[in-house]
Amino acid sequence: MTDYSSLLSLIPMLPLLSAVILLFSNPSRLWVSILAVGSITSVALISLFLNYVYWQQTDFILKASLGSWIDIAQLSIGFGLYLDALSLVMITIISGVGALIHLYSTGFMYQDNSFKRYFTYLNLFVSAMLFLVLADNLLLLYLGWEGVGLCSYLLIGFWYQDSSNNFAANKAFLMTRIGDTAMAIGLFLLFTHLGTLDIQEIQAKAHTVWSLSDNTIASLCCLLLLGGAVGKSAQFPLQNWLPDAMAGPTPVSALIHAATMVTAGIYLIARNSQLFQLAPDVLYIVALIGTFTLLLGASAAMVQSDLKRILAYSTISQLGYMFLALGVGASASAVFHLMTHAFFKALLFLSAGALIYSLHHEHNIFKMGGLFKKLPVVAVSFAIGCSALASLPFTSGFFSKELILEQVIASNHIALWWVAVLGAFITAFYSARLFFVVFLGQTQLSPNNNPTKAMSMTLTILCIFALFGGIQPTGLTTLMPPLSSVNLTFLQHWLPIILPFIAISVAWWMFKTNRFGKTQHSTFKDIHQFLKSGWAFDSIYNVIFIIPFKYLCQLNKHDAIDLFYRLIEKISSVLHNIFSKFQNGQLRSYNASLVIFCILAFTWFISGELIR
Amino acid sequence: MIPISWILFLSLSLFSIGIFGVLARRNLLFILISLELMLNAVVILFIAGSRYHSVPVANSDGQIMYLLVLTLAASEIAVGLSLVIHMYRQHHHLDIDKLNKLRD
Repeated sequence: MTDYSSLLSLIPMLPLLSAVILLFSNPSRLWVSILAVGSITSVALISLFLNYVYWQQTDFILKASLGSWIDIAQLSIGFGLYLDALSLVMITIISGVGALIHLYSTGFMYQDNSFKRYFTYLNLFVSAMLFLVLADNLLLLYLGWEGVGLCSYLLIGFWYQDSSNNFAANKAFLMTRIGDTAMAIGLFLLFTHLGTLDIQEIQAKAHTVWSLSDNTIASLCCLLLLGGAVGKSAQFPLQNWLPDAMAGPTPVSALIHAATMVTAGIYLIARNSQLFQLAPDVLYIVALIGTFTLLLGASAAMVQSDLKRILAYSTISQLGYMFLALGVGASASAVFHLMTHAFFKALLFLSAGALIYSLHHEHNIFKMGGLFKKLPVVAVSFAIGCSALASLPFTSGFFSKELILEQVIASNHIALWWVAVLGAFITAFYSARLFFVVFLGQTQLSPNNNPTKAMSMTLTILCIFALFGGIQPTGLTTLMPPLSSVNLTFLQHWLPIILPFIAISVAWWMFKTNRFGKTQHSTFKDIHQFLKSGWAFDSIYNVIFIIPFKYLCQLNKHDAIDLFYRLIEKISSVLHNIFSKFQNGQLRSYNASLVIFCILAFTWFISGELIR
Repeated sequence: MIPISWILFLSLSLFSIGIFGVLARRNLLFILISLELMLNAVVILFIAGSRYHSVPVANSDGQIMYLLVLTLAASEIAVGLSLVIHMYRQHHHLDIDKLNKLRD
């Protein structure tokens, strides 16, 4: 069979190359678009081709090498790429959705002055993400991981003239950095104990070195890796950078939430699922984190009034579902949900972008309303996106979320299942609320400029994916076999299907009776405020970390360690002043000191002689 | 014969006058003259010493030393005076309190 490794090595290199060209040249807008969109689109085509080639096969591995990176006695790390069913799914999502977002951005960002800078970052972002998912060793993965972090920082703070955007960018960077540090320590620990960083070797060696009964180190490694994943994928307790990351341009939010960045954490755990199987306790923590986060995200999304923040919290909550699936050992379902989520969340963000674009950067949903007839394409896209998010039957989100719920039952975590179902109910509720408030009711704002052709085209393509993308890739299930299926009870089978409809009816009733956007009682007001601030985690962290840190900074304003060095400086400058008095250039004082010295010396010498 | 202590006293007073001149005078020319005075004070001590020690055997080491020092003083004063002339041409004075540019 033919060797496709050269094609594989093209995948991350093309966007990187285009980013470098864009960095060092200054082409016109047309050429920027052609270069940036062209490179990602060709990557998308390559990955589609690879999908076609490997469609029939369930067990395949394709390797390529881009040269060696570090090569010393015990450590040999190369730029090796590794393609199996999991990374194939990932590159397809990243390049496919990435290409659509690039295409969309040419319309959305056309009027921006920093058109070229935007596409440079965007290409670099996709390239780093492709390196991350294709890396055959953890260090190269970490390189991509950091690259993704850097690009997200650059893109969130893209409109850097506004200082609040910079704060949001800093927040995202610092919060993920906490996780990254944990992950780096995890890598060191893995290397000291297993002597390798190659991902496949780690999975194989881990089972020989550690066992289920003796898994302290394995648990520690997994916990540290989980720290990295939690930071990147915006899970509890590092979740609150994501809503602020909305400061970037809307297509960037789409890219961060759908194709790149937040999926990295899911990928990391799915990739190391064999390692995690050695640490069931950590897996249980993963499931708990996922469950808690999905509830947190969903309930916070329920009360937001900013269009993009609703979507941000819904991403957090959907990522929680993926963590839950990873935690119960159903990695394939997690990646499947990641895929469908990428489709409908990209669709939602891009249509939100089109909405914001048409309404002159209006984010508040309560100032919109009745836009269904004015912006039909956007409205239909939104409807499809919301129904996939609410997992209405036969949309893509339905299949993946049902699968996750089924797997949770199969792993006997009934309590987690109830919370997940509650989360699904809230998800459907806020999706419906979002759609009703924005598109139905009375018109308040009328759109000025219609979405461009590139935007509508992208939305249409994504609509198709969000509706019909619910086909689980067969390679995945072979690579990571799902749990044995169980017979669901009648309630367990029908409740998740019925609940979204109930939620939508409740939302419709509340919308009709005009209860959205108003808080009635003072008790409700407090709860409302608590939910709206994302369970007040920002304030909690402010009290626990930021205020003590600032206090310590205040205490140590003059730097205790610096005092010692300043003392040295003081002594030498005093000595300098004393000795420079002698160097006055007066010949007569030099002579006088000579004479005085001689007299003293002779006196001392002679008196010594006399005493003796 | 003159006792040695007189010569010692003469030498000491000449040397002290020389030191006083070096320290107190501002004019470079007078400092050079005072230096000569100090040299001569030392040399006279040499001659007296050699004379003092030449009781059993004749000893003229002091005189030889005097000739050496005289040569040294002549060459030294030649260099010194030429420097003084140059300084006078440049600065139009010989006040060493003002000649302190080498400090910088």
